[in-house]
Amino acid sequence: MIEQTIFYILAAVAVIGTLLAITEKHPVHAILYLVTSLFSMATIFFLLMAPLVAAFEVIIYAGAIMVLFLFVIMMLDLGHPEKGMSPGWREWLPALLLSAVSIASLVTIIASRQATASIYPAAMQIREVARHLFQEHGLAVELVSLQLLFALVGALYLGKSPAPSPPTPLPEGEGGQRPGEGLPL
Amino acid sequence: MIVPLEHILILAALLFFIGMGGLLAWRANLIMMLVSIEVMLNAVMLVFVAGSARWGNPDGQLFAVFIMALTSAEVSLALAMVVYLHRRRKTVNTDMFSEMRG
Repeated sequence: MIEQTIFYILAAVAVIGTLLAITEKHPVHAILYLVTSLFSMATIFFLLMAPLVAAFEVIIYAGAIMVLFLFVIMMLDLGHPEKGMSPGWREWLPALLLSAVSIASLVTIIASRQATASIYPAAMQIREVARHLFQEHGLAVELVSLQLLFALVGALYLGKSPAPSPPTPLPEGEGGQRPGEGLPL
Repeated sequence: MIVPLEHILILAALLFFIGMGGLLAWRANLIMMLVSIEVMLNAVMLVFVAGSARWGNPDGQLFAVFIMALTSAEVSLALAMVVYLHRRRKTVNTDMFSEMRG
């Protein structure tokens, strides 16, 4: 009973945190609201007997990805909501309309089903999950490792500073430096 | 399963469509678009974990872990692209990136 209460409280925290994150004009504040929402989602995963996913949610999502977002926002100096990047009502109106229609239709469909009884299956051991992961999905693990390698190579390629363009030959008789030469592009 | 599956599905639907609304509303800002995509992927992970707990099958948890790996790769590449584009145009406004070569 107490677990159900905790679940509904955490669900409310997740939804409110996500709403605040979406409507917040300051990107850094939005990221921090989203971290709050992700922590409550991690606790929901723990309540759903997925402690591995809960730990990864905290470590990877809230710990690594959100910090990466914060780094990029602070490095590019994007934390200025007064620059006019935040949406006005002209952007919010179709988004609200489409989301409301989608939410209403999906909630209606889900709620019209016969409610399943609350059952309590035995908690899955991490040993069993790991056996499934490495015995039945070994190829997927290898593909994920390749994918992470590709992401690393791509990020390195995109992140390197642009190479200076090869010097173009100057016309004859024109000494001196061309304007703009030597400056980073 | 401490609550009915339908309640978890409704929660996931709420989170997913909040993320979708944010994606549509913030379509001028690359960073907030990526944040909204994170919200949507997180809701999908919740559906997988709920199904895993409902039917006692660990494959749902594994898919959630795979989605997390996919998300980390996607975010690292996308943020590298944001840094690259910001270096070229000094902005993250998507309206400025309407040309393929410029």
